[in-house]
Amino acid sequence: MNRRSILAGAALAFGLAGAVFAQDKTKVGFIYVGPIGDGGWTQHHHEAALEMQAHFGDAVELVYQESVPEGADAERAITQMALGGADIIFTTSFGFMDPTVNVAAKFPNVKFEHATGYKTADNVGVYSARFYEGRAIQGYLAGKMTKTNKIGYIASFPIPEVIRGINSAYIHAKKVNPDVEFSVVWAYTWFDPGKESDAAQALIEQGADVILQHTDSTAPHAAAAKAGNVYTFGQAADMAEYAPMPRISSIIDVWAPYYIERVQAVIDGTWESDNTWDGIGAGMVGIGEISDVVPADIRAEAEALRDSISSGAYHPFTGPLNKQDGSAWLAEGEIADDGTLGGMNFYVEGLTGDIPN
Amino acid sequence: MDLSSINPLVLLASIMVASTPILLAAIGEMVVEKSGVLNLGVEGMMITGAVCGFVIATETGSPAVGFIAAAIGGAILALLFGFLTQYLLSNQVATGLALTLFGLGLSALIGQSYVGIKAPVTSNLHIPLLADIPVIGRILFQHDMMVYVSIAIVAAVWAVLKFTRAGLILRAVGESHDAAHALGYKVVRIRMLAIMFGGACAGLGGAYVSLIRVPQWTEGMTAGAGWIALAIVVFASWRPWRVLLGAYLFGGVTVLQLNLQAAEVPVPVALLSMSPYLITILVLVIMSINRGRAALGAPAALGRVFHASH
Repeated sequence: MNRRSILAGAALAFGLAGAVFAQDKTKVGFIYVGPIGDGGWTQHHHEAALEMQAHFGDAVELVYQESVPEGADAERAITQMALGGADIIFTTSFGFMDPTVNVAAKFPNVKFEHATGYKTADNVGVYSARFYEGRAIQGYLAGKMTKTNKIGYIASFPIPEVIRGINSAYIHAKKVNPDVEFSVVWAYTWFDPGKESDAAQALIEQGADVILQHTDSTAPHAAAAKAGNVYTFGQAADMAEYAPMPRISSIIDVWAPYYIERVQAVIDGTWESDNTWDGIGAGMVGIGEISDVVPADIRAEAEALRDSISSGAYHPFTGPLNKQDGSAWLAEGEIADDGTLGGMNFYVEGLTGDIPN
Repeated sequence: MDLSSINPLVLLASIMVASTPILLAAIGEMVVEKSGVLNLGVEGMMITGAVCGFVIATETGSPAVGFIAAAIGGAILALLFGFLTQYLLSNQVATGLALTLFGLGLSALIGQSYVGIKAPVTSNLHIPLLADIPVIGRILFQHDMMVYVSIAIVAAVWAVLKFTRAGLILRAVGESHDAAHALGYKVVRIRMLAIMFGGACAGLGGAYVSLIRVPQWTEGMTAGAGWIALAIVVFASWRPWRVLLGAYLFGGVTVLQLNLQAAEVPVPVALLSMSPYLITILVLVIMSINRGRAALGAPAALGRVFHASH
């Protein structure tokens, strides 16, 4: 027996041991777009992942990679994870959609779950939350709280999810305050505290006194706190460290129950591709506590709005609504269907500016 | 569109704030490159400075102490790079890249328990008399201390490189380490000092982000500013005042495009968004037309390994 065959034997033994080991544990992978300490989106996904792991204990092994850029590099990172023996991989940013689908085609035995996208396959499921329900409440509060009637909105990328949020917030701000104006800044990033802070500052300098954000860090809150008398909302996480001022409420993503359910399905061998899109009612979107800075009557109305959305009595996209160009979209009492919402690429009437393409 | 909503005075003031981190990092890196060393770890040193500055400032309650700690933190990390490249003769590009990855990880570790904490407030200076000058006073003389420190560092670097013997030696080491060595100069020691200066400046730049510009600690918060600083050094063709110009131009276009968006100027957002990079490339191309590497000002020994036995 020469040295090479001993090595080969050893490698085989390790391989087998690895295989046996892998059968015991379900390996769950996560791909994050930002660092796990971003204070927002990614941190919240990661905390949900840890909660999922705590739920299963030793039955599950958690692996993750943070700060994965959207684009070609994502495909490499996901492939790496699949090669590493992951049984199910969650990719948690819109820009991971095509990389996820591409890698999934090469690994038919690995399950994939892509957040906020719309492309599914036999082994690719998608999940997202109806953030626009939370945006309706933010819009309502923004419309009520603004004194300058100018509301700043830090948007990330011109994708349906972000556009939906802008529309929903605008509709509900306009409803309670006809004079309200929205100023949208596209940051073209999910996470860049310096840039988010600059964007918030630019909006504040131009008279906005409520800042909504669809980016992941808490930097806009810090900028608002510095400026004083500016209101903000927590995004993805509660961001309660900035309460009661400037943060007056928040949209909280609640992913853990979904992660537990899906990983359980993998363990049981019952996993099937799905398309989950849940909102406040199902508990996937939480509304952070509305702080005392908001007058009690406004707070009560906002909570009533939340409850009516939660019970299904009210849908944030209920007609009559026109598109930005004035053409009719929804008739009186008509409710937007999920298909239109899923691919939303237009502003509603009243919003100024163009959506970049 | 409502251009009148942009207040040019406020705009110029915020441009100076947005540019200062890149300026600090870039001027430090310029000195390092002048000595013939290419340190690609600027991002790593910045983020380390950001976390050191934030941690110490919150613990002591003094932003000034925070900035000093940031400079020390950046310099220590740079020392690691210097030791590996100057004494163990490792590859500078690879070591620099590794330094960035290391710095990002290390800072995340140090900063774990500081996420979501608010930094002590750095007050703006209100320079008597000067600050009260209409227009100019508002733009130039009502900033925090570090804005002036950064400009002072640029001026000092320029003066030292141009007028002093120390500057001459530094440049000699960067142009031809063999000749400098033959003349009896301690090439490695001089480069180590330059590397530490670069690290300290990058650390200050990082702390400016975490203590003043944002101000808070978030993992990965420098978000690529270190790479921009590296580009600015080339953009400036290794000249101190051009580094200032480059940093302000880049920071200026970044802030301006956000303001233009907020004012709903009918220019495609994608174009506005890439404008800082576009303008940087454009200026670089214009400056390098019909000129070689020497005319661009790159130190001749940049990135080359020195060993006294050669």
